[in-house]
Amino acid sequence: MNATWRPYWVGAGIGVLSWVAFAVMNQPIGISTTVSAASGACLTPLLGAEAVASNAYWKKTPLKLDYPTVFVLGTFLGALASVIWGRAFRWQVVPPVWRSRFGGRAWVRLAAAFLGGVVVLYGARLAGGCTSGHGISGTLQLALSSWVFFLSLFASGVATALALFGRTGK
Amino acid sequence: MKLPITGDALVGWAIPMGMIFGALLHRGAVTRYDVIVNQFRLRDFTVMKVMLTAIVVGGAGVLVLHGADLAAYHIKPANLLAVIAGGLLFGIGMVLYGYCPGTGIAAVATGAVDALVGVLGMLVGGMLYGLTYPWVRDHIETVWAMGKKRLPEVISLPDWAWMGGLAVVAVGFFLLLERKSASSQSASEG
Repeated sequence: MNATWRPYWVGAGIGVLSWVAFAVMNQPIGISTTVSAASGACLTPLLGAEAVASNAYWKKTPLKLDYPTVFVLGTFLGALASVIWGRAFRWQVVPPVWRSRFGGRAWVRLAAAFLGGVVVLYGARLAGGCTSGHGISGTLQLALSSWVFFLSLFASGVATALALFGRTGK
Repeated sequence: MKLPITGDALVGWAIPMGMIFGALLHRGAVTRYDVIVNQFRLRDFTVMKVMLTAIVVGGAGVLVLHGADLAAYHIKPANLLAVIAGGLLFGIGMVLYGYCPGTGIAAVATGAVDALVGVLGMLVGGMLYGLTYPWVRDHIETVWAMGKKRLPEVISLPDWAWMGGLAVVAVGFFLLLERKSASSQSASEG
């Protein structure tokens, strides 16, 4: 079995999955709300349950075992099943494109990934969604917010990639 | 069966729905750092192909379902300062991290340790957002707040015209990409 499918078929699959998500579940595909709800749960030992529960954001979106949260667990499990099925599991710390530009030092790559993770999720929550909630579920409903988000992230990503990697190289 | 499914039964459905999504992300190769970063370097258009196809196929279907009163819209509010600032930050973060929230979580399953470390970063990002939320709500979300607008309300073309136009642009873009990759392949072979 080929480990990679044509991107058009994958995209069409996600599109059809969206039909079901809207019509059967009334729950558009999304990821980042659950992650930030989990952040609140992670802060509980640090700040105390009361401080987290009374925070204006986590009061609105507490971590619950609801559809969006279980969907995120499912996303991980589905990728894992696909990886096992395709015997595609491979440890990776420094990806090839990163290595060819910044070298093989693990801590540099991991520090960048951590920082990138912080920024990516803060941006997603600020905008009200990520590449799933805005980028697919929102744009397909022709939502103004989602198209503005999509164009902003793409422009910023291209500029960042140019600044980090330049024009040349692999 | 009455649709949409609600209550406890709904939560169980999140497992197969999420699993299909995660498997598609992996099979589409968008769980790979190199594929995502090379999209932003304009060297590999896999991410665009996946997303635009999902938007057009998903959008056409949801438009029909909504027209038949079988699907409700879930429009996020266009608080444009927050959305633009969030999008700009997201683009920077996505290139540094090399994944977005969904593909990052899926990439952990492929053995990507950098993706896992980035998930920890995302949890910290969520903490920072929660802690700064009262200020963001009062000072950022209120700027250029246009409400839950859809594109057909901004430029008043009918929904089907927007969706049809989008489909034409996407297919044209794909044809161009495929022609370019075919010619660069034959050039490297010749």
